[in-house]
Amino acid sequence: MNIIACVKQVPDTETQIRIAPDGKSIVTEGIKWVVNPYDEFGIEEALRTKEKFGGQVTVIGLGPKRVTEALRTALAMGADKAIHISDDALEGSDSLTVAKALAAVIKDMEYDIIFTGQRGIDDDMAMVNVALAELLGIPHVSLAIKLEYSDDQKSIKVHRPVEGQTVVVESPLPALVTCQKGLNEPRYASLPGIMKAKKKPLETKTLADLGMDPSQVGEAASKLKVLQLSPPPERKPGKIIEGETPEEKAAKLAKLLIEEAKVI
Amino acid sequence: MAQGVWAIAEQREGEFRKITYEVVSEGRRLADKLGQQLTAVVLGSGIKDKAGELAQYGADKVIVADDPRLEQYTCDAYVSVLAQLVKADTPQIIIMGASTQGKDLAPRLAARLDVMMAQDCTAFEIEDGKLVATRPIFTGKAYAKVTFAENSVPNIVTARPNVMPINEADSSRTAEVVDAQFSLDDSELKTKVVEVIKAEGKIDLTEADKIVSGGRGMKSAENFKILEELADVIGAAVGASRAAVDAGWRPQTDQVGQTGKVVSPNLYIACGISGAIQHLAGMGTSKVIVAINKDPEAPIFQKADYGVVDDLFKVVPALTKEFKKLLGKE
Repeated sequence: MNIIACVKQVPDTETQIRIAPDGKSIVTEGIKWVVNPYDEFGIEEALRTKEKFGGQVTVIGLGPKRVTEALRTALAMGADKAIHISDDALEGSDSLTVAKALAAVIKDMEYDIIFTGQRGIDDDMAMVNVALAELLGIPHVSLAIKLEYSDDQKSIKVHRPVEGQTVVVESPLPALVTCQKGLNEPRYASLPGIMKAKKKPLETKTLADLGMDPSQVGEAASKLKVLQLSPPPERKPGKIIEGETPEEKAAKLAKLLIEEAKVI
Repeated sequence: MAQGVWAIAEQREGEFRKITYEVVSEGRRLADKLGQQLTAVVLGSGIKDKAGELAQYGADKVIVADDPRLEQYTCDAYVSVLAQLVKADTPQIIIMGASTQGKDLAPRLAARLDVMMAQDCTAFEIEDGKLVATRPIFTGKAYAKVTFAENSVPNIVTARPNVMPINEADSSRTAEVVDAQFSLDDSELKTKVVEVIKAEGKIDLTEADKIVSGGRGMKSAENFKILEELADVIGAAVGASRAAVDAGWRPQTDQVGQTGKVVSPNLYIACGISGAIQHLAGMGTSKVIVAINKDPEAPIFQKADYGVVDDLFKVVPALTKEFKKLLGKE
């Protein structure tokens, strides 16, 4: 099977987000960049699919030079080759444009299945993945926690948890599947894996390679404009409930939740 | 010119879900600010009789797309129908829930219409006749105010569940209910729901009004029983921190935080949760936060409205007992 996994590089989950002086972006200095945690489930599922059926795993990422680190991580986990879409003009592009650039690369490739994370933990838009499927004209199933291939490998069954139930969706291949925790346990890159990754092909593509017009991408062409970023609203200082015994504190708390907070 | 606000209803087995009333109510407020009409759009099968009810929450008009192939949500069918309706009627704003359905549907609809969308918003305003949406990013570690470019119409947005207040039902309000004009070609419908596995009686965390959550301090899977007992008495769902999920004490679907669910209940009771930044990001928009932890230095206390510094294994059962007494459930 020809398998594709899309990889986004995001700030590590430990990152304290600081707003830049322009009020519209974040301070990137000192940020530790990692593979988007949800994409790791996608990479892992891609590798497991290859291990089961044979084939090739291609990982694709978009962004500045540092994104090659994320792609090397995926190669070290076991992917066969990587494509890095990199062009200064793409800086500040909206999710739709990112999906268009990915689609421009993928449309000329042979593929049976595409894996992505269910969302990027940076902008939380959950759009690139689904928009990519739309632009490629293939079905998608989001939020996978279980994936089974049919015997002829022409279709999949995906378990997708929704509010209060799990829906099992069947889709023909090629399809795009968005992944989340529960689907698998992503492997760590082994030392030999890291060594091998250095020799694996990593190709860079620019907008010109994709046949995309630079005036149609980037911040100026973005269809969603950031007006302002702000820190989360401050919560008013809380009360520590005093008392001699746990029972006394519990009694006070129960009373406050009913009478003061009025939430019960 | 594009005109009007659309609220996309969400139904399951012929019943509107709570998020439907939230987006219709918010849609009403936006329509009022713009001086425009609010249209509720209902997709389903045999749901026309129920559709008129949405007038009571603010809809001026209800469009019903009734087809057996729309009974269960599939992105293929829903996007196809909505894209056709949008092209015929050109609304200015489309609001739907940031539920698992809306979060799946909105981006694909946007891509088909070649527009952007704004996911999981917590507030909307109209400024100079334009929609401005506020949405948490980095799982709530920052908030972004966004607006749409001139060439991104309709403005498609999803609203975080449990955030938008529901209008009081006004039974004197009525709306025109019209049948949607659309065609659905079976060849478009690639994905099929082949099975629905129900988790009986379990309230989903993203929709829960109250959540009792446990972390590393719970020490074992068995100990979650005391949280379940408390949750039972006050009608809450039970959540968990990543530490508790990774330890195998709770299923992954219960995880709250940056790599789990983002929740916004009226009451969040964190038991034995220290409050790692990833966890705080996932529950920071809860209206009232209670922390029970024996470590007074735990970061969770900085977010908490009410804190109890003590042994949770003594406090939680006492709290359950107290609520039983006060709520007359003894």
